[in-house]
Amino acid sequence: MVQSYRSSNKTIYKEDACMSKTRKKIKKMVALISCVAMLIAVFPGCANQKTAAPDKNAPAQSDGTQNQTPAAPDKKVTLTLLIGNQTTLDGLKGVMEAIEKKYNIATEIELRPGGAEGDNVVKTRLATGDMADLCFYNSGSLFQVLNPEQNFVDLTNEPFMSNVLDFFKSTVSANEKVYGIPANTVMSGGWLYNKKVYAELGLSVPKTWDELLANCEKIKGAGKTAVIGSYKDDWTSQLILLADYFNVQAQVPNFAADYTANKAKFATTPAALRGFEKLYEINKKGYMNKDFLATTYDAALKMLAEGTGVHYPMLSTSVSNIEANFPDKVNDIGFFAQPGDSADKNGLTVWTPEGIYISKNSKNIEAAKKWAEFFVSQEGIAAYVSKQKPGGPFAIKGATLPDDVFPAVKDVIQYFDAGNTAPALEFLSPIKGPNLPQICVEVGSGLKAPSVAAQEYDRDVEKQAKQLGFPGW
Amino acid sequence: MTRWTLTDWQFIGFENYITFLSEPSLNIGFRNTIIYAVLTCGLKVIFGFLLGTFLCTNIKTKDYLRSVVFFPNLLSTIAVGVAFGSMMHPSQGLINKALAAVGIIGPDWLGNTKLALLSVIFVDVWKGVGVATVIFIAGIMSIPQQYYEALMIDGGGSFEKFWHITLPLSRPAMNSVIILALIGGLRSFDLIWTMTKGGPGFTTDLIASIIYKQYAAGFYGLSTAGNVILFIIVSIIAFPLYRFLTKSEVDL
Repeated sequence: MVQSYRSSNKTIYKEDACMSKTRKKIKKMVALISCVAMLIAVFPGCANQKTAAPDKNAPAQSDGTQNQTPAAPDKKVTLTLLIGNQTTLDGLKGVMEAIEKKYNIATEIELRPGGAEGDNVVKTRLATGDMADLCFYNSGSLFQVLNPEQNFVDLTNEPFMSNVLDFFKSTVSANEKVYGIPANTVMSGGWLYNKKVYAELGLSVPKTWDELLANCEKIKGAGKTAVIGSYKDDWTSQLILLADYFNVQAQVPNFAADYTANKAKFATTPAALRGFEKLYEINKKGYMNKDFLATTYDAALKMLAEGTGVHYPMLSTSVSNIEANFPDKVNDIGFFAQPGDSADKNGLTVWTPEGIYISKNSKNIEAAKKWAEFFVSQEGIAAYVSKQKPGGPFAIKGATLPDDVFPAVKDVIQYFDAGNTAPALEFLSPIKGPNLPQICVEVGSGLKAPSVAAQEYDRDVEKQAKQLGFPGW
Repeated sequence: MTRWTLTDWQFIGFENYITFLSEPSLNIGFRNTIIYAVLTCGLKVIFGFLLGTFLCTNIKTKDYLRSVVFFPNLLSTIAVGVAFGSMMHPSQGLINKALAAVGIIGPDWLGNTKLALLSVIFVDVWKGVGVATVIFIAGIMSIPQQYYEALMIDGGGSFEKFWHITLPLSRPAMNSVIILALIGGLRSFDLIWTMTKGGPGFTTDLIASIIYKQYAAGFYGLSTAGNVILFIIVSIIAFPLYRFLTKSEVDL
């Protein structure tokens, strides 16, 4: 009994061994096949990309024959536009519709995040040659970092570039070649304020920093937030410092040139240091909302529109965002330039608009140029204005603003008419330290004294200049 | 060693490393990273072990509780960061509203410079303790029942069980948890980035988030140097610790 049991057991073992051998073989086969399958899946991935472009146009051809309008070329082209998700799109969309009607060039919007994360998306896509046909991005110092000569199409000799104002061209140029068209209206940095509350409290627009502080004191006394801080979106913390540049250049006219050449520093130039001091003062006097470190840009605009906060140091174009969310409140919002220490030198710091650049890797460069041509034409402006009220003047020759612009924009235009404007430092110099938002948060929340912060920022600037290989550092 | 863009480079020796180690906005990360790694690791070990022992006892809802403990780990870190970020809002956040309901004025969890890092650590522990618990449960379950029986015959109580058997014999599990949690803490990035972005100012910057910021600014050379430094630090801490821990393990 025992023996027979054992022998039967042995045969079972043998069978088992056999089974495990075949199993091993099967396993090997499966592994091999799956490896091959993965490789195959990767390769057509590359191949597909190459064939994708003509494919896209294939169905469009039939579209073209159906389209009877004579102005439209027979092929429909679709361009892609990479743009930050915090941009107001209404005006742009208006232009895009007009372009599609006229040239049969459709535009597809690809959204990317704003701020530093957005910068990374743009840089990565440029580096991998995967940029959209049109790239919407800052002009000035941030644009310089993108290596424009390699990545974008040179527009210097395009006839339509004569429509663009020269001061804008200088901010999208590298080595005297122009690469971009103005994507937006000119922005101004300063203080948005709630006119209703100003009227209630009997305040007038401040012309000096001390008057501004006096206004803040009264607003604080009335139980409202005098200055809205929105440091959760840390880029917003820089506004007081950057918008002070008109006052800096009023006192030290060649600061930008010296600064670029490593001769002037924030810490050693009292006029420049004032910007940090102002930021510090606002916090020290307790004018800010309590939760300013957790408040976002959108929440801040809400406070301003509803009048719980009265001042918001911001870009003038934010009124478009207010209009989008609180259309009935936008007429309560006014704007003034950041005041300096004396009343007779009062003027506005101006941000040139973002640019739209054409990617060198684009397959539709001709269409993109047509797109750009329309964009800077009077027709283009008309299409823009029909969908979105401009947040400031255009950087395009002969463009006039409609009469029904927002009150805040009217306030802005006064400074332009009087000629009291200066471009912000970041458009005069390619140098801007990447840690400025964080440093401003530290000063603006009272963690760091202005002089210390200025020194730290100077080091940050030095680091950038060295890393990016600017001459003279 | 070099200062490079994607197309061009220049040899500058150790300057990137010196910059990285000497600048205050860069080297604040070292202190924070160590605090972060040690605290998250320690808390995960303690809570994980207590939960593990508790969930190995004979309680009726054992299976349910085990899945509850493990649940946070299933969520994406980004989602957890964003959710806690809004819950910790000082005036509109859920946590402070709940505290206000019982009459406590909650602090600004992520805005207070002394508290911000601890808040993020708390969230990391909440999320990561599930894995630690699971490893501990596995370790405790693998302790042969005979040891406990022997102890009971010798007249030991449940505390002796815990102290003389469970604790020393789950050392292998504990070592895995310590090593995993510590390395995880040293290279942690996603949670801090979604919750504070290193802010306010630089107070919650970790080495990883600093490296990312350098990369974002286009300082590829500097961020490469930072990654090398991070690698060296993690190796310096992890290898000797691993050897020390495995040496002091008790054999079953």
